[in-house]
Amino acid sequence: MSTLTLLLIRLAFLAILWLFVIAAVGVVRTDMFGTSGAGRKAGRQRQPQRPRPSRPARGGRGEAHRLLVTSGALVGTSLGLTDQQITVGRANDATLVLNDDYASSRHARLFPQDGQWIVEDLGSTNGTYLDRQKVTQPTPVPVGVPIRIGKTVLELRR
Amino acid sequence: MPRGRRRTEFLMLIFAVAVVVFAYGSVGLGLNGKLPAGMAEYCGGFAVLILVAHFAVRRFAPWADPLMLPLATLLNGLGIVMIYRLQEVGRNGNPGSLSVPMSASATAIQLMYTAIGIAGFIGVLALIREPRVLQRYTYTFGAIGLILLAIPALLPSHISEVPGTGAKIQLAIGGFSIQPEEFAKLALAVFFAGYLVAKRDVLALAGRRFLGIDLPRARDLGPVLIAWAASLLVLVFESDIGTSALFFGLFVVMIYVATQRTSWLLIGIALFVFGSVAASRLFGHVGERFDIWLHPFTGSNPSGNAYQLVQGLYGMGYGGVLGRGLGGGQPYFTPLVQSDFIVTAFGEEIGLTGLMALLIIYGLIVQRGLRAAISTRDPFAKLLAGGLAFVLALQVFVIVGGVTRLIPLTGITTPFLSQGGSSLVASWMMIGMLMRISDTARRPPPQAIQDEGMTQVVRIG
Repeated sequence: MSTLTLLLIRLAFLAILWLFVIAAVGVVRTDMFGTSGAGRKAGRQRQPQRPRPSRPARGGRGEAHRLLVTSGALVGTSLGLTDQQITVGRANDATLVLNDDYASSRHARLFPQDGQWIVEDLGSTNGTYLDRQKVTQPTPVPVGVPIRIGKTVLELRR
Repeated sequence: MPRGRRRTEFLMLIFAVAVVVFAYGSVGLGLNGKLPAGMAEYCGGFAVLILVAHFAVRRFAPWADPLMLPLATLLNGLGIVMIYRLQEVGRNGNPGSLSVPMSASATAIQLMYTAIGIAGFIGVLALIREPRVLQRYTYTFGAIGLILLAIPALLPSHISEVPGTGAKIQLAIGGFSIQPEEFAKLALAVFFAGYLVAKRDVLALAGRRFLGIDLPRARDLGPVLIAWAASLLVLVFESDIGTSALFFGLFVVMIYVATQRTSWLLIGIALFVFGSVAASRLFGHVGERFDIWLHPFTGSNPSGNAYQLVQGLYGMGYGGVLGRGLGGGQPYFTPLVQSDFIVTAFGEEIGLTGLMALLIIYGLIVQRGLRAAISTRDPFAKLLAGGLAFVLALQVFVIVGGVTRLIPLTGITTPFLSQGGSSLVASWMMIGMLMRISDTARRPPPQAIQDEGMTQVVRIG
């Protein structure tokens, strides 16, 4: 074995070790932000400069993929969205069980309809707020707009 | 969007096994200029074991984190490679000799332990279908943990002493030895999680504020004092500083996570510093560790007490940034290089660059564990995952910090890398537990029994 070959093997090993690390970090990244759909990627390529702040009122047809708790005892918790409704409350059978003294047992529910997520208050004591508005009837939830339930704040995220 | 991501896991596993095969081949090329003798068998056996683990995950935990298994695979594989490299020292015309000799079948034995470890991993996934079933056995696990921790201290030292170190931490029966503390770590993590879930409200709320810090009530200090005393007893009777630091650190961090009160961290650190300074004054072997740490190059230390540490440092210095190449260094000068000091062997042969990659891989396992802790909704599983992830980080910090002279050196194993079965099996079981928790956290919400509309038809009579 010539010294040169050994040197090349040594460098090659370090290179693939770091490639593994980079690949692993890439998996962490896709896990955080999601890689759903070629459509989104293609969209990003078609309009590469989109620095303007995301408008919260964008309709978000089929765009929301996660429900994230942004404030309250469960902060950081995220739920994947499927085509099933999500119930929120203190009851043990709720999809998102809140440990929040200001929430009712069956406080609110979120359900998909025509590609939009709708929030509906289930007769809670302290009410459900979408941004600043009290939810009195089933209301569509745009992506990124806070839903307040007791001391907990939820947001739909892409 | 929750997805199982088992395909990603599979691809990363292929990548991890490829890195290991490459490393194994390059050890042989570096040593003798040809591929190692049993390469096909060892690599094939390792790949089959990992494949079995992957299919078990598909079967038992389809929503689990896709990254934990590949990361653990890579570390375990590189550990086997380094053990093969050290086993060849003094054999087949290779130079050097180890202070504690390794058997000619050390690699095969390590592969067998890997098989047992994977069996333990699958066992955890198959038997514990929901993390919360463990909560029922909180105090049982506490008792098991304490018994496992205490056994070596109570047995005569020819059974429990590790040759050449003076630490009483193992059970040697026949040719085999197990280190019960590795399993005690897991059992006590379950116990702390169960105990703190029940008691955290009183620990978090009672007390008063002083100097901007919430102080707990005196009577609530009981558990932390008991944990402290137990860790000091381990220190005194088993001469094992590393393990005692590990257990106390685990408890303090879990109490901090449970109550979110900084005062517990401060109390814990103060108790630990006080305890270790007192122990270094009172007990000769602890004081010696401090001396080795602070003055390794003074007087007769480099060739005496601090010989191991100094050789390890020289080894890493010889390796430099890019390392000497696998098989190209002289790690055999460091005593016990196959267990406590395996990190310095890596530092010598794959250099700072490679060691950084290994540390990042540990960091990623810890990150995935904490991620599972954050996203799970069950408070018990949250605490357990946080505690397990933290104890892995602490263990790596204590041993890597020790051999690099950042903190006093304490002999504990490097998870997944060191020679020895107990550590490997316990580490795999821990990965199994973390994957179980992340599986529960990432599983999509259960389907409704029937897809009811706004009204529901109820059959009466």
